[in-house]
Amino acid sequence: MTTASPTLPLPSSGPPAPPLERARLPPRELVGVALQGLRTRKLRAALSALGIAIGIGAMVAVVGVSASAQANLLAEIDALGTNLLTVSPGQNFLGQNEVLPDTSVPMIGHMHDVLSDVAIYQLSQNVYRTPFVPSEQTGGIGVDAAGDNLPQVVGTTLASGHFLDSVSARFPEAVLGAQAASILQISQVGGHLMVYLGNRWFTVVGILKPVVLDSSLDSTVFISLPVAERLFQTQPNPSEIYVRANQNDVIGVSNLLAPTADPENSSGVDVTRPSDALAARAAAKGQFTTLLLGLGAVALLVGAIGIANIMVISVLERRGEIGLRRALGATRGHITAQFLAESALLAAIGGVAGLALGAGATEIYAVSRHEPFVVPTYALIAAPAAGFVIGALAGLYPAMKAARLSPTEALRA
Amino acid sequence: MSIRLDHVVKEYPGGVTALRDVTVEVPDGDQVAVVGPSGSGKTTMLTILGTLERPTSGSVHVADQDVGAASDQRLAGLRAHQIGFVFQSFHLQEAMTAVDNVATGMLYTGAPLRRRREAARAALERVGLGHRLEFRPRQLSGGERQRVAIARAFAKRPRIILADEPTGNLDTKSGGEVIDLLVELGTDGATLMLITHDPGIAGRFGRQLHMRDGEIVADERT
Repeated sequence: MTTASPTLPLPSSGPPAPPLERARLPPRELVGVALQGLRTRKLRAALSALGIAIGIGAMVAVVGVSASAQANLLAEIDALGTNLLTVSPGQNFLGQNEVLPDTSVPMIGHMHDVLSDVAIYQLSQNVYRTPFVPSEQTGGIGVDAAGDNLPQVVGTTLASGHFLDSVSARFPEAVLGAQAASILQISQVGGHLMVYLGNRWFTVVGILKPVVLDSSLDSTVFISLPVAERLFQTQPNPSEIYVRANQNDVIGVSNLLAPTADPENSSGVDVTRPSDALAARAAAKGQFTTLLLGLGAVALLVGAIGIANIMVISVLERRGEIGLRRALGATRGHITAQFLAESALLAAIGGVAGLALGAGATEIYAVSRHEPFVVPTYALIAAPAAGFVIGALAGLYPAMKAARLSPTEALRA
Repeated sequence: MSIRLDHVVKEYPGGVTALRDVTVEVPDGDQVAVVGPSGSGKTTMLTILGTLERPTSGSVHVADQDVGAASDQRLAGLRAHQIGFVFQSFHLQEAMTAVDNVATGMLYTGAPLRRRREAARAALERVGLGHRLEFRPRQLSGGERQRVAIARAFAKRPRIILADEPTGNLDTKSGGEVIDLLVELGTDGATLMLITHDPGIAGRFGRQLHMRDGEIVADERT
């Protein structure tokens, strides 16, 4: 038996140490390790992914429902035609109202690529149900003279009766806009239904359906231009000209309308495309409801905290595994990466489930409302990606905690 | 020289001195038993040799690498390629089959899964578990589990095997078989250092280090 000698002759400089092989964990193996970790705790993984799924599902549903509603509105607008243009007098730089010259209607009618057009002429008259209604109770109803192709050009039909025709050009007949009819409490044409207009009785021959592209026409009563000229000596300056342009050259026609309507003063002419305003409104309507999105975000936050919680518990429970992996050659970085990958994958799976949930909710909504089913394509990538990022963030602290564990203590556990 | 400790001291926070002044050399291929009462510093010495902990002072060379100067990454690389551990409580992963447990032992070498599985199968055949490849740890007896753990330690052909009471949880018969296996595999050239309480087991090793109170009190060669 020999006792250990206190010192051994240790050469201070020996041969150079052989090159040391590195510890490696290729990305594919990392994913395998993370999936293995999730597979061994399926129920727990599913429950913690559920939090993320609900949050992302809520957000996808909000986005999907509003996209479906928007698609529906745009489809309606498309059906009405996006080739309707309106020409109206603008204001000069002093703020005074301009006047469209009486030549503007025939000039526009002769334009290339104008399919149809119709002018309306605002009359300073009021309409009442009877002469006994106080004169100031106009109900906000305007009176316009109109060409007889107005419904076709603005894209509406009659709810009842017929529009102004050749008879109306000679006799006092009136057609009511949808809202005007409801204010006057007339729902159907029949018998000798009359309204009192400009101190005269007019026979109501028709009621229009709402005009989606220009709702100002709904609160108007229309009479024919010849009758208006004869009875009210109206000036022949149109207050609005509706133009249907060739669908292939709406912009071109739109650009030429002002100089054609008033060659001397084209800046005094306003040209608008009503479908643009509606499309803009549809887009605004399609914007996500901020409150609902906020709720989704709260659900996501709760889900993320749930994942962080589970991962912290997981790290404590798996101290033995962490110690073993360190003994097998894992660096601190490998341990961090393993737990980050687990948490990110878990939440990404939650994101995919949330996408399915949200799409399902959107589908139910769209079917029940007879609207098209739309989930924006970006959601297909954004939902799992959002889950992945949230999971990585939630896993950051537990993963660092795992990497900081002393391997010997972990092995003793 | 596969292991060289020079005046190694290890103190833990709170004033506990686990190793006082340990100096020892183990040449390549040696088989060494470490014996001593509980708390004598055996396990601490093993974890320092296994580069899982750094000494408070003194120098440590393992597989020709200066452990004190090496980064966490280099030490991990050393463990991944050159050091195999065998633990008293096996540390097998319950969710994995025997083959996958052994293959995981080579995970951090960066070898592809197919190669690791091949090596794992060969190692399991070598420890006599060729018929248990797809068994999970809970389907195996204690002795079989420790043999899986031994296969995991040897499969990557490390230079050094460190075993901390590998028979502590086993009955005498399967404990004896495990020691037989370790000694036999050690003849392939790996340096083997084994902690044990059992003088009978220690007696089977050509060299015995006796420890007490953080010091090596005797270095016996038989």
